[in-house]
Amino acid sequence: MAGIPHDHYEPKTGAEKWLHSRLPIVGLIYDTIMIPTPKNLNWWWIWGIVLAFCLALQIVTGIILVMHYTPHVDMAFASVEHIMRNVNGGYMLRYLHANGASLFFVAVYIHIFRGLFYGSYKAPREITWIVGMLIYLCMMGTAFMGYVLPWGQMSFWGATVITGLFGAIPFVGEAIQTWLLGGPAVDNATLNRFFSLHYLLPFVIAALVVVHIWAFHTTGNNNPTGVEVRRGSKAEAEKDTLPFWPYFVIKDLVGLAIVLVVFWAIVGFMPNYLGHPDNYIEANPLVTPAHIVPEWYFLPFYAILRAFTSEVWVVQIASFVTGGIIDAKFFGVLAMFGAILAMALAPWLDTSSVRSGKYRPMFKWWFYLLIIDFFALMWLGAMPAEEPYASFSLIASAYWFGYFFVILPILGVIEKPLPQPATIEEDFNAHYGTASDATPAE
Amino acid sequence: MFKKLAIGAAFALALAPVASFAAGGGEQHIEDFQFSFEGPFGTYDQNQLQRGLQVYTEVCAACHGLKYVPLRTLGDEGGIGWTDDQVRAYASETFTVYDPELEDDRPAIPTDHFPANTAAGAPDLSMMAKARAGFHGPYGLGINQLFKGIGGAEYIASLLTGYTGEEKEEAGSILYENTAFPGGWISMAPPLSDEQVEFADGHANDLHHMAADVSAFLMWAAEPKMMARKQAGLVGVIFLTILASMLYLTNKRLWAPHKGKKH
Repeated sequence: MAGIPHDHYEPKTGAEKWLHSRLPIVGLIYDTIMIPTPKNLNWWWIWGIVLAFCLALQIVTGIILVMHYTPHVDMAFASVEHIMRNVNGGYMLRYLHANGASLFFVAVYIHIFRGLFYGSYKAPREITWIVGMLIYLCMMGTAFMGYVLPWGQMSFWGATVITGLFGAIPFVGEAIQTWLLGGPAVDNATLNRFFSLHYLLPFVIAALVVVHIWAFHTTGNNNPTGVEVRRGSKAEAEKDTLPFWPYFVIKDLVGLAIVLVVFWAIVGFMPNYLGHPDNYIEANPLVTPAHIVPEWYFLPFYAILRAFTSEVWVVQIASFVTGGIIDAKFFGVLAMFGAILAMALAPWLDTSSVRSGKYRPMFKWWFYLLIIDFFALMWLGAMPAEEPYASFSLIASAYWFGYFFVILPILGVIEKPLPQPATIEEDFNAHYGTASDATPAE
Repeated sequence: MFKKLAIGAAFALALAPVASFAAGGGEQHIEDFQFSFEGPFGTYDQNQLQRGLQVYTEVCAACHGLKYVPLRTLGDEGGIGWTDDQVRAYASETFTVYDPELEDDRPAIPTDHFPANTAAGAPDLSMMAKARAGFHGPYGLGINQLFKGIGGAEYIASLLTGYTGEEKEEAGSILYENTAFPGGWISMAPPLSDEQVEFADGHANDLHHMAADVSAFLMWAAEPKMMARKQAGLVGVIFLTILASMLYLTNKRLWAPHKGKKH
């Protein structure tokens, strides 16, 4: 593996040599966990471990829940109640799994915005970024289908609304929707295939996570300064880095443990806080809930979906130019997926040669505004589709696209970056002093 | 550094529940009843649950079912807490179930569930206390649920005490004005009135008290494992806090040789 020079695994005993010459798996593990890591990583870098934990938690709790769940429209809702009431510890498994999805998304959003601020998406880490976006898409698909499985009112109507988005595709939309649902409407066939895919996708995510880690282990981690690790020699690299084990494993575990205190408190004391009360009512195709609202983690993109109504001039122009093929509904769908695509394209839209937002005086403020915009969209996504929320949604959506397609390209040209430290070592010592005048631990 | 993280996390958490607010709307008035099971240390009041069960049995059960609740769970600890004999007697004296093998009705036994009841088109009450949110504010954000709870039990109690006495006829059915019901008009006639149920222990049986009792019972029916869950929550939080502290100190010592004093 290319990358930062460091010590590699050397088999010593006969048995180690025997194995190593046949399958160098110990070497692979050693190189992976001993990877030189920039020593100036701050606490925003812990969320990768939290995400890995979430994936493991969801797979383990999910596999056990499947042992007691029945994917059938007449039995799914009752089987979830069976888990809640009759299965030993079943209520805990289910609440961990349901809230685990929320923790997963909290972590992924912080992880993504950390990358956006520190320029982690920039060359040479574009592949890491793109794979990350694919993981995020798979997470959304998995979470959406998982939410359908309890077969409550919001499961059913959420599935109806979201699969309806595919129906908005011109010409082939209806056929695609029917194919996805396995019939003309959300029914048993839908529940069964969602169950199957909900079980499959986490393993696709796990595979993508391996590629994600492989990619950034090849390029090395980004860090808060955005300055690359010196890799002229091992001695030089060691001034900028420390091995992942034990330094960053222990540090990340501190972060994970603190996050888990909050997570466990939510699961123990208010497990339904993030859920929707309507999902404790069994799905009923004849009764539409007053408001159909997706889970909180979809709300920002749901707001973008709804922002582009037929009254918006951009939509009217698109409709006129395409002879009505792109109507408001399809435009909204394109906007929603476009909002995610915009993030994925960040490596090529950002023209600045400076990676870290720390040294970009103008970028900083636009970035903070993007964070506010994200929360505003989240709030607006849960509001009814009426004024003044519709106008706010349009403004907030416009900013989301403006940030990626206008501000990022222009800032790189007009912004005068602040001086950056020459090396990671310099940045680290500026924070903590040099190791030489430190008192070593006993 | 922790402060930044904490602020970020708190912000995300505070905004997260916007999804759960929306079911309400209208000018609902939900009274914030004080229940013994609120908060991280709140527990069910066994006597209140037993009174609530009595109200359910004598009043609500006429129209509403509890089809997801097994009768045997009336004997569970952290809930009604009856003995096996009490559960068996209650089941057989109160409910009959249809037995396909006998091709006839027979008295219920503890392994049966409370019967479903859709006779009057009344919704099942098994999860009602979790299927309604009492509190939505401020600005529909649902953040007040962090302090007040989601408010399902409060919603039920407010509904039972929220009749104004006004009626109107609409499309051939009579609607009753209710300050807690979304939209303000409900098709359920006022089900409870003062002194409708006599409690064996002579506990106050005015409408307000009975509404609170039956709401507490329905909270138990919806969340029978609440006490065990909160205990697991507390134990977990304590152990994870200890773990986090130890890891923090380990981390501090681990990094100390690499960090000097600031110039």
